[in-house]
Amino acid sequence: MNNTPQSDPVLDIRNLFIAYEPERYAVKDVSASVKRNRITAIMGPSGCGKSTLLRAMNRLHELYPNIQTKGDILLEGQSIFSMSVIELRRRVGMVFQRPNPFPNMTIYENVVAGFSLNDIRLKKNQRDEIVENALRNVALWDEVKESLFRKGTFLSGGQQQRLCVARAIAFNPDVLLLDEPTSALDPVATSKIEDLLGELKKKYTLVLVTHNMSQAARISDESMFMYLGELVESGPTGTLFTTPKDPRTEAYLTGKFG
Amino acid sequence: MSGDRITKALLFISSLTILLLSTGIVISLFGGAIPAFREFGLGFIFSSAWNPTAGNEEYGAMSFIAGTVITSLLALIICIPMAFTTSLFIAEYYRGTRTSGILRSLIDLLAGIPSIVYGFWGFYALRPLLVSTGLSDQGFGVFTASLVLAIMIVPYATSLSAEIISMVPAELKEAAYSLGATRREVIFSVVIPSARSGIIASFILALGRALGETMAVTMLIGNANVIPKGLFAPGNTMASVIANQFGEASGLKMSALIAVGLLLFLITALVNYLGKLIIKRFA
Ligand SMILES: Nc1ncnc2c1ncn2[C@@H]1O[C@H](COP(=O)(O)OP(=O)(O)O)[C@@H](O)[C@H]1O
Ligand SMILES: [Mg+2]
Repeated sequence: MNNTPQSDPVLDIRNLFIAYEPERYAVKDVSASVKRNRITAIMGPSGCGKSTLLRAMNRLHELYPNIQTKGDILLEGQSIFSMSVIELRRRVGMVFQRPNPFPNMTIYENVVAGFSLNDIRLKKNQRDEIVENALRNVALWDEVKESLFRKGTFLSGGQQQRLCVARAIAFNPDVLLLDEPTSALDPVATSKIEDLLGELKKKYTLVLVTHNMSQAARISDESMFMYLGELVESGPTGTLFTTPKDPRTEAYLTGKFG
Repeated sequence: MSGDRITKALLFISSLTILLLSTGIVISLFGGAIPAFREFGLGFIFSSAWNPTAGNEEYGAMSFIAGTVITSLLALIICIPMAFTTSLFIAEYYRGTRTSGILRSLIDLLAGIPSIVYGFWGFYALRPLLVSTGLSDQGFGVFTASLVLAIMIVPYATSLSAEIISMVPAELKEAAYSLGATRREVIFSVVIPSARSGIIASFILALGRALGETMAVTMLIGNANVIPKGLFAPGNTMASVIANQFGEASGLKMSALIAVGLLLFLITALVNYLGKLIIKRFA
């Protein structure tokens, strides 16, 4: 399945509609694609549907029976709605706005939570290796290697968020979804996460929701601009920022709204 | 005086009234219990004698303490599996659905039924059933009382623990689902561990309810002033001996009943305090 050429989109969103209440669409007719080993930023003012679009990509909306989804999303050419949701979520990991390590688990247990939650039994040395690798990948290993068996909630906000990234990549997913992962963090912690994302894109495909334009400009390769549930414009970040085609994009970039 | 100050004064007076009332109750309980404790000393707590014959009067609280603790704990043991599974069903499995809404209202309805009605139901429906099994001659006893007591505290324990379970943050559950966990795995590895201390506290508070419950127990426990000899044997609880005997009591016997009431008050207060303490730590 992974023998598709590099230029193929990893995710292909086709005519996606999502409604929290009947006939009131929070995402309207969105079609877009996400390129491999790139950071794709989803921008737009608060309430425009960024999170709603992102959460469709790992079928999180299915947890809430009232939410309706129409349209399709292809992962490596296969409809995500035809796969087992468990397999999909292992291939498409997610990091949330507020750091949310499991409070009842240690740092170590948090990193391997994906395995323990799925009743996947690993040998101790395999687990140790996964934990060390994942924590090294998020540049947290040196900070926590002495306190692996303390609760994850003792860490600072920025460390907790990196722990959450480690937890998501421990499974080696194809795609990592990030919903404003730095909005609850201070500038130093934010820049650490941004550096980290730049590293992670070598291995994974990242989709980053942000309402912070300068963040999108700094670290993303591709950008989408959403407004009132619609995808107004998308393309390479440089092009979108310097020569936006749609007047609404231009208004947003020049700070006219949002 | 401005409206603001009048309101403040009124609120102050009513809070003060409540404070005075509760101190008053405690003081009169202590005061009323003094003669019994002066006569029997701390032995009052540990003796199971209950002899109101004039000249030979002897009283002790142990039979009732035993009756209360045994029926309440038994009720709690019967209640836990029912309340725990129901609260999971309402607050997690069927969260936000119509089924869960209907069930929630039914539970509130059950919680609102007066205890005399439960007692009556136990007397006319449950007791004959027990007699027909041959386990008990007349159907009165510890087990019958505990069963009805359990049914009475299930709604309370269920709505408390459902409240706690629904407070587990959605983002925690979503994080687990995003790792590919199934519903069962999320419930057992995230929801229950995060809500554990709160769930335990709900059951402690339910126990507090059971300890003080009077009417339904009085109607079913058999009112024998002895330490119960078995699950199906009659006994008596602290609340129910007071309800049964205060009418014709005076002198030392009255003081003994008040002392039983004081002990019940202390036990219940301790259990409730423990439950609230755990809930507070959880929230
Ligand atoms: N759980 C929900 N129930 C109802 N409406 C919602 C819910 N979540 C989001 N919405 C609505 O959907 C729209 C898009 O929300 P969202 O995707 O969260 O926006 P963004 O992430 O861009 O700020 C908003 O109008 C919001 O009010
Ligand atoms: Mg959002």
